[in-house]
Amino acid sequence: MIWLGRLLAIAAKETRQLARDRVTFGMIIGVPILQMLLFGYAINFDVRDVDAVVLDQSRTAMSRQLVGDLQATQVIRVVRQADSERELREIMQSGAAKVGIIIVADLERRLFEGDRPAVQLLVDGSQPGLEDLAQGLGSMPVLRRAGAASLEIPRFDIRTEYNPARRTAVQIVPALVGTILTMTMVIFTSGAIVRERERGNLELLITTPVTRGQLLIGKLLPYVAIGLIQTTLILVVGGALFGVPMVGSLLDLYLGALVFIAAALALGLFISTIAQTQFQAFQMAFVTMLPSILLSGFMFPFEGMPEFAQVIAQVLPLTHFNEIIRGVVLRGATLGDMRIPLLKLVLFLVVMFALALARFRKRLD
Amino acid sequence: MTLAISARSLTRHFGAVIAVDGIDLDVPRAQIYGFLGPNGSGKSTTIRMLCGLLVPTRGTATVLGHSVPREAETVRRKLGYMTQRFSLWDDLTVTENLDFMCRIYSLDRATRRLRTEDRIRTYDLGSFAGRRAGTLSGGQRQRLALAAATLHDPELLLLDEPTSAVDPQNRRDFWESLFALVAHGTTILVSTHYMDEAERCHRLAILDRGRIAAEGEPKQLARDIDAIVIEIECADLTAVRRALAGVPAVRSMAQLGRRLHVLMRRDATDPEGELRALLAAHCAEASIERVGATLEDVFVAATRLRTEPTAAGARAA
Repeated sequence: MIWLGRLLAIAAKETRQLARDRVTFGMIIGVPILQMLLFGYAINFDVRDVDAVVLDQSRTAMSRQLVGDLQATQVIRVVRQADSERELREIMQSGAAKVGIIIVADLERRLFEGDRPAVQLLVDGSQPGLEDLAQGLGSMPVLRRAGAASLEIPRFDIRTEYNPARRTAVQIVPALVGTILTMTMVIFTSGAIVRERERGNLELLITTPVTRGQLLIGKLLPYVAIGLIQTTLILVVGGALFGVPMVGSLLDLYLGALVFIAAALALGLFISTIAQTQFQAFQMAFVTMLPSILLSGFMFPFEGMPEFAQVIAQVLPLTHFNEIIRGVVLRGATLGDMRIPLLKLVLFLVVMFALALARFRKRLD
Repeated sequence: MTLAISARSLTRHFGAVIAVDGIDLDVPRAQIYGFLGPNGSGKSTTIRMLCGLLVPTRGTATVLGHSVPREAETVRRKLGYMTQRFSLWDDLTVTENLDFMCRIYSLDRATRRLRTEDRIRTYDLGSFAGRRAGTLSGGQRQRLALAAATLHDPELLLLDEPTSAVDPQNRRDFWESLFALVAHGTTILVSTHYMDEAERCHRLAILDRGRIAAEGEPKQLARDIDAIVIEIECADLTAVRRALAGVPAVRSMAQLGRRLHVLMRRDATDPEGELRALLAAHCAEASIERVGATLEDVFVAATRLRTEPTAAGARAA
């Protein structure tokens, strides 16, 4: 009872200070909303209206029809016409067009014979995400209306499960929960202890009967609440703005989030036992943040990563949480289905907190 | 007479720096014990070792009957510590800070209210009890810090330069509160670099470069000073100082307004005569008189004079 009393005293003090720190308080609400608008609207893997340059050496009704069809997909937008292959390459080199379309002079004959490609698509490989678009355009049945060649039946019937409209926001917003929590949780906690060390409060606190556990857990408790508030905020706004569904159980989601929040806080706590100043703490938090965002599968699939990056990704709590939250929110998975990433999260939490506790001494040396 | 603190050969290194160098310390209960010394003399390091914040490199310390740092947690329940820097929370009010510290010391709700009210009254914090600590003046903060350090009625108070940011009137009031605490049986260890504060202590240790240069009651220290104190009054003290500089029998000089205190070797046979002869050419009308040592003289004799043989030795080598 006494043990809990001190812990709650620290938690209450921390909450009171947080409530008085308007900038931090604003960030708790502001950062998730801002990030969500940024990521939700700006990141879009469905590429549209890519500037294209056309070199039409055929100049027939059919070639014009072909260009019209391509434009009608809204994937490309013809911005320039070139008169020679050299001009087309110059335009692409300047960046004025990302896609070049070369229609050969004997277009109609090649289409009838069907043994050689009639159209060449040049794609700017210096930009990410454009090759897929070329693949898509390339397999387009351009001849349907020309009525000339056989209608090919596609070999595979492709359906995108759990995100039938293939909207990027649906993939991004749930994963955004973990990304934003990583940012706020790690930065806030790593700063929370170091700030008291810098201001001299810690020297007084550690000369009282308060234990390390009371001090560390008491400091973390308010941030757990903040983390849950941020989670709710992201899911509610994500649902309202981007139509992100909530397929699984809310209880599973919040339990998963709770474990992840604790893991992120433990990481922040560990950082705070190493950093001497708030600036150092911030830098260290940042060092853990970038790999989290890049390697956790938030934007890029693991399958494309080299093995060592996959190993690093396995250590990051965000990787496992992204798996859990996408599973629960989009696929309707239960925590039981997600037990492996969940266990990995718990393991990270236990190890990190033990490390922080072992490093934190009620001493100055 | 039981001891509140007892330390033997207490030593602390920071890398190559020896901050505290084999201190022996005996602090009696229910007294004010002072650490007098310049910055860097090891006052804070010693206090921090006594409350378990730093582990001694060598030596032992017993605080309130418990070995430190081994039983530091037990000691911490009976100990009040006032850090050199204000270390309560700037963004909490006076009352909130006090209530928080009460809860840290696990006082129950009723006791918390009683103690907080009592300390606010005792240390005259009532007129700004609702203000945030960050907006208080130096004297107000220091009273708040003392109030917070005494909430759990500690047997021992460790005060690390408590008055360094406080004006003279507040310093006087502060010392009155310390005597009130001692009257109730509290032991106080206080570090300072103010002579007038050192003079108020029951006992005193003069610290110099990590060692205790002199120890005892202030009056006794003045009597036992290892020098003869001569006071010179003269219109042109600058000329006097110039004339006496480098004279072997003169160990140090300190100006106090229009008077000059000259510390001379104890073995000098006729120090007044010697000085009079030296000054005849510079200040014929000078009044030269042997006086009792002030604490300042004791401090100078204990700290600066120890430097000279070493410095000379270093030069010779």
